[in-house]
Amino acid sequence: MSKLILERLKAQFGDDILEVSSFRGDDVAVVKPSRWLDVARFVHDDPRCDCTYFADLSAIDNCDPRTDELDMDDRFEVYVIAYSVAKKHRVRIKTRLSGDEPRIASVIPVWSGANWMEREVFDMFGVHFEGHPDERRILTYDEFKGHPLRKDYPANRTQPLVEYRDGTFNKLGPFLQDEGMPLNRTVIPDERQ
Amino acid sequence: MEPVDLDFEEADLELPSEPMTLLMGPSHPAMHGTIRMVLKLDGETVQDVDIQPGYLHRGFEKMSERGTWSQVFPYTDRLNYVSPLLNNVGYALAVEKLLGIEVPRKGQIFRVILGELSRIADHLTGNGAIAMELGAFTPFLWYLKAREWIYEACEEQTGARLTHSFFRIGGAAFPPTEKLQAQIRSILPRVLEVIAEGESLLLKNRIFLDRTQGVGILTKEHALGMGASGPVLRSAGIDYDVRKDKPYLTYAECDFDVPVGEDGDTYDRFMVRSEEMRQSCRIIEQSLDLMKKIAPGSPEDAVSITDPRIVLPPKEKVYSTIEGTIAHFKLIMEGINVPPGEVYGYTEAGNGELGFLLVSRGGGNPWRVRVRGPCFFSLQAAHDMIRGKMLADIIPTFGSINMIGGECDR
Repeated sequence: MSKLILERLKAQFGDDILEVSSFRGDDVAVVKPSRWLDVARFVHDDPRCDCTYFADLSAIDNCDPRTDELDMDDRFEVYVIAYSVAKKHRVRIKTRLSGDEPRIASVIPVWSGANWMEREVFDMFGVHFEGHPDERRILTYDEFKGHPLRKDYPANRTQPLVEYRDGTFNKLGPFLQDEGMPLNRTVIPDERQ
Repeated sequence: MEPVDLDFEEADLELPSEPMTLLMGPSHPAMHGTIRMVLKLDGETVQDVDIQPGYLHRGFEKMSERGTWSQVFPYTDRLNYVSPLLNNVGYALAVEKLLGIEVPRKGQIFRVILGELSRIADHLTGNGAIAMELGAFTPFLWYLKAREWIYEACEEQTGARLTHSFFRIGGAAFPPTEKLQAQIRSILPRVLEVIAEGESLLLKNRIFLDRTQGVGILTKEHALGMGASGPVLRSAGIDYDVRKDKPYLTYAECDFDVPVGEDGDTYDRFMVRSEEMRQSCRIIEQSLDLMKKIAPGSPEDAVSITDPRIVLPPKEKVYSTIEGTIAHFKLIMEGINVPPGEVYGYTEAGNGELGFLLVSRGGGNPWRVRVRGPCFFSLQAAHDMIRGKMLADIIPTFGSINMIGGECDR
């Protein structure tokens, strides 16, 4: 993979690019949250980068609730992957956000396709995108509480829209505590609700 | 009697109208049971549309974090459930990228063959559905007849018709069966014949042409910015195919063309899929020949690597030797120990670029498995294909995106 984009980014933004790496051929640049939109716009508009194709936008939760504080710094990593169809190179731009009220600028002005992906990140991680025209949940429903892909959201919690019936007809939720979990499964306790 | 005063302006005669809100789906048959559209209609013209996915959301990414790396395979079957083998290949390649390993040559060719068979099955279903939703039921049944032959070949190899879970990290579950090659060679000409028969019914049909040509146009710039991929992107005139632009497996050795459309309308998407099926047949035939050239007994002549830390030992060893039993136990109970790191592995699936962003913190469980489902991006682009057009045009436009609920909502 060509490191051209990473070099262009370092020349243009200097210290605002926190780190660059090329693990297994994936070019990654970590940027300061304040320059997120500028970097995205540069990668899109610069004729030598020319990354007009929007490949992906999502997030990673780096908090392990067994050891870390929930409002730790650098808890969420939001990334966007951009590709150039003409030059056949791609880059992954990442930024790190604190676990307390994560906020980041929306990249919809650069790639219009970011709309649904940012809605999904908001839905799944609770990261807010400033300037997003339509910040609603997309995969879950409006009544849903919490953000399911956060590591402190227990996998066995259910939020049925129609409550389970009691009495003789006892319908059970999909994941039960005593459902045979193999030794290797990561079980995060359900206390922190 | 005095005549009616004819001095009215035409405009005064129009009745005042307010936009009507219409809910389409999720139980509407053309919405495939998983999408709801909130339409704002002015007469029959769609003024605005709000597409609401999520009815098939099963928490793929959350479930993947709970098991081992190998336990994700059955979930990938249920992403694009029309071409499960392509999803298996995509996930296996992504994990192998993170591990830094490569499967032997025969295993690579084997993945290409089964993957392309799945692609034909996917496109047959997609094109058949476009025709059926426009009222042409016969091509749909004919295409499904051909899909049935492909499913039989997959059943011969994997034992399952739909959810194969066949490929493994580091290879495949079994080597090719004895009958498989002959079976594939016998079905390919028949599949090509069915594709031509279906086209002969549709491409001279005035109704089909009128309802697909110039309908649901997606422009180049829009397709790029929206991240549409696969046949939807290529029909808009952009030549991007992962198999050509970043060849993986043995695609670089195969001679095949990437069909590209001009207008980006529903007709082009149909034709691009049709041509891709023919190209897939070419790839399969060449791959079968490549497989024949491998010398028996050479290191290339294996479908899986032999590293006992990654691949399960053969069952005879598990039941007869202590090493085999221990290796099996460790792999099943603890999972494959994937070194810490983060990669984005992507392949060309039935609907376009299927990407897996995998994060490992070491140990047997994935830390994060993100799936870039191509349908989700194409469906987002549908907003502008539909807006400002007629209500009835939604059906062929939506059908030609080939939205698969499992992959879109994950």
